[in-house]
Amino acid sequence: MSWIKQLPKEVPLQSGTTSCVGCGAVLSLRLALRILGERTIMVIPASCSAIIQGGYPDTSFKIPVVNSAFASGAAVASGIVSALRIRGIENVNVVVWAGDGGTADIGLQALSGAANRQENMIYMCYDNEGYMNTGVQESGTTPFGAWTTNSPKGKILFKKDIPLIMMEHNVPYIATVNVSYPQDFIAKLKKAQSCHGFKYIHVYSPCPPGWRIPANQTTRIGRLAVETGIWPLLEIENGKLRLTGPSQRILEEGKRTPIEAYLQAQERFRKITPENTKSLEDLIEQSWKRYVALQKCTG
Amino acid sequence: MKKTFMTGNYAAAYAVKLADVKMVAAYPITPQTSVIEKISEFVASGEMQAEYIKVESEHSAMSCCIGASTAGVRTFTGTSSQGLLYMHEMLHWASGSRLPIVMVNVNRALAPPWTIWTDQNDSISQRDTGWMQFYCEDNQDILDTVLQAYKIAEDQRVLLPAMVCYDGFELSHTSMPVEVPDKRDVDSFLPPYNTANALIDLEHPTTVGSLVNPDLYMEFRFLIQQAMENAKHVAEEVAEDYSWRFNRNYSGQVECYKCKGAEVVIVSMGALSSEVKEAVDRLRKEKLAVGAVKIKLFRPFPKEKIREFGSRLKAFVIVDRNISFGMEGALFTEIKSSLFSLDEKPKVLGFVAGLGGRDIRVRDIVKMVRKAYDALANSKKFPDEEWIGLRGEKL
Repeated sequence: MSWIKQLPKEVPLQSGTTSCVGCGAVLSLRLALRILGERTIMVIPASCSAIIQGGYPDTSFKIPVVNSAFASGAAVASGIVSALRIRGIENVNVVVWAGDGGTADIGLQALSGAANRQENMIYMCYDNEGYMNTGVQESGTTPFGAWTTNSPKGKILFKKDIPLIMMEHNVPYIATVNVSYPQDFIAKLKKAQSCHGFKYIHVYSPCPPGWRIPANQTTRIGRLAVETGIWPLLEIENGKLRLTGPSQRILEEGKRTPIEAYLQAQERFRKITPENTKSLEDLIEQSWKRYVALQKCTG
Repeated sequence: MKKTFMTGNYAAAYAVKLADVKMVAAYPITPQTSVIEKISEFVASGEMQAEYIKVESEHSAMSCCIGASTAGVRTFTGTSSQGLLYMHEMLHWASGSRLPIVMVNVNRALAPPWTIWTDQNDSISQRDTGWMQFYCEDNQDILDTVLQAYKIAEDQRVLLPAMVCYDGFELSHTSMPVEVPDKRDVDSFLPPYNTANALIDLEHPTTVGSLVNPDLYMEFRFLIQQAMENAKHVAEEVAEDYSWRFNRNYSGQVECYKCKGAEVVIVSMGALSSEVKEAVDRLRKEKLAVGAVKIKLFRPFPKEKIREFGSRLKAFVIVDRNISFGMEGALFTEIKSSLFSLDEKPKVLGFVAGLGGRDIRVRDIVKMVRKAYDALANSKKFPDEEWIGLRGEKL
């Protein structure tokens, strides 16, 4: 555990927050802030993380936080980046911390604009695969077959692949991270911090109440997500895609754990039919083929 | 002083340059485009030391202004019509955050059906967003109002965003002589942006815009209402100061034309006020005691000023270049509401005219005043609002 000792002890987030027990987003936020440090300004569009701050005049954050409207995270951050440059304030991380709805759905336009302009910020999407703050509704990143309150028979559409959409914006750094693999997480966020321009980090964030999993299973589910291949760990550095660490080790088809293990661990997949399980499996295979091909041709 | 021939949009752009705005974020829409084209020229040539963010929507334009203003710089955007409506959510966000952002809105009627011509329904429909709203009569007024708007918005008693509205094409694309003040004089009128207004401070971090419960929310709203009330006095102070420095003759909230001894006053906003003055001159020649009141500041609404007039007048004639569907023109409502507390109320006659760029002629305005006199002479009951200039019979 020597790697964790290299991080500063101080986390600019109070030990108590108003998140749910076992919240994957807060675990990731805590780790991210420990890496990013105190010279960080965070923009938070409407999401669970607006609640996690606590109610005025209290706050769980020890850094400046700017709340923003749902669709405007990346645009508000663009304004802040510009103002800091004008005022000559340097060495500050401007970070958007947005949910999947605020990123993949309502916030996609602002995200695309800021990425296209190469605004110097780190955009972190904590993906809990649904509108959890409003009580578990389907989003563009909810996986195929998963139950939500407005997809009672399971989602019939596929998950949007935001990291690959971001790849087409030619930004210097894109990565997927998962708090169950903290070393990989730290290395990637540090890399994002060290390069100039628009950086996109997609954070896997289990949601115990939304995924219907016990609160003590967050990190186990995270590991299963990587082992089954439904959540590949990858980075795209200057257009070069690379599967990282544990995902690099399971490139061949037989090495991945069957998806059933992941599905059975979560109540949200309780009603998934064998045919749909097969479809999901095929989808994962298809994505892997694409990632492997991209790794080969861009690497 | 030397005058330059320029369009209303250029007058706005020159004001933005003179105000030393540091961050401009805008999205193009007809008829606003030449404002941002001119600003981008200023930025590209280095005449203006600012950043210009070419955003992907008006929603993001206002969001960028909010971000930059939160981080402590003077910001500007401009839009029109559909663009203003697309910004709507962020307008509330700006005023709720108490950010002194200034924008111009080039008044253009709303679709469908598509149109690019002027009326005021776009900005009137943003009446309750907590933005101050100024309306301009000519291009000089545009330049001067933008500069004053920054001063008022940034006043510590106010700290609210301001929208400077002017008519699409009628002003935005019409050239007029404009006196561009000296930069040094503007600098002494409008000092550099006070970075103490920044809501982001790395040394003393705060969480901006976080969740509040019913025990506190109302107070935040009351503070905005108080700031709006303060803005009326501040607008008067600033207009006086500006007039003194730049040799103008401005008042802050309303402007009167031949109101002395008037028994009937015509109320209007925007470029239309020039036609109204001509109508007044014509009627005065007939020895009719008619005057005009131009509403410069629509939010906060100058109700005290209207009440002052109301106690001396026989009738108001209101020309609305907007319509609140299912009720009436907005000015008609505001004027009647302002007068309600008077014991002896003057008559108020309302007209909707000039929607979607339809011409309002001087003789139309004269006709409105004659209707008022007719009603007064015959002690008729004052009718409900009337639409002027409709094709043929009432549809």
